[in-house]
Amino acid sequence: MALASPHITAIAIEATEFPDLARKYHVTGVPKTVVNDEVEILGALPERAFVEQALAGLRNRERETEGGEPGTGHRE
Amino acid sequence: MALIGPADQQRLRDAFAAMTRPVHLLFFTQTLDCDLCPETRQILDELPPLSDQISVEEVNLILERERAQAFGIDRAPAVAVTYANGTAPGSAPPEGGGLHWTDSRIRFVGAPAGYEFISLVQAVLIAGGRPLSLSEESRRLIAAVDRPVTLQVFTTPT
Repeated sequence: MALASPHITAIAIEATEFPDLARKYHVTGVPKTVVNDEVEILGALPERAFVEQALAGLRNRERETEGGEPGTGHRE
Repeated sequence: MALIGPADQQRLRDAFAAMTRPVHLLFFTQTLDCDLCPETRQILDELPPLSDQISVEEVNLILERERAQAFGIDRAPAVAVTYANGTAPGSAPPEGGGLHWTDSRIRFVGAPAGYEFISLVQAVLIAGGRPLSLSEESRRLIAAVDRPVTLQVFTTPT
């Protein structure tokens, strides 16, 4: 995915070496994928399902903020 | 003493032979408080002997902080996979310094040992020009991305 888009970065993190990160993201089993600190995918998925789930959360967020001001968190 | 046995070395040599562009691995390391840095160096050092297209460069996290920050790296050991664009098929890649390395935006944080070594090899092959095996639908979803997306994949060596 990282090669397919200039916006995407893929980071493989070895959980046993960095327990603080594993704790921060509540990693109790691997593989676990965290997307933009928002979406979590547990386990390994087939390619299409993985891409869809990884990016679907992102799309939802775009829909929520459409027409509103980014970062305000409440509607007037 | 090589970590990889002769049969696997040959398999890797064969796989790397298909690379169409050079890959430069940036190995982020620090002198103190990095128990797995020497092991990571050893793992990475296995690769250049298997292909002229693969090189490894060590970047000290403390001494070259800005360079590490440019890749979003704040821990060691870590590896960023870069590649050189625009090498025409059949031509020899230019030597070292003149190349412009493009960031593949693939990172490995922690020693790429065990199964992660396979992931590293795959990353090298993909950065080295292997056609992406993404489905049409996936490509569509990915093309629609217009803001930074960071995928953090937590793994263990076994």
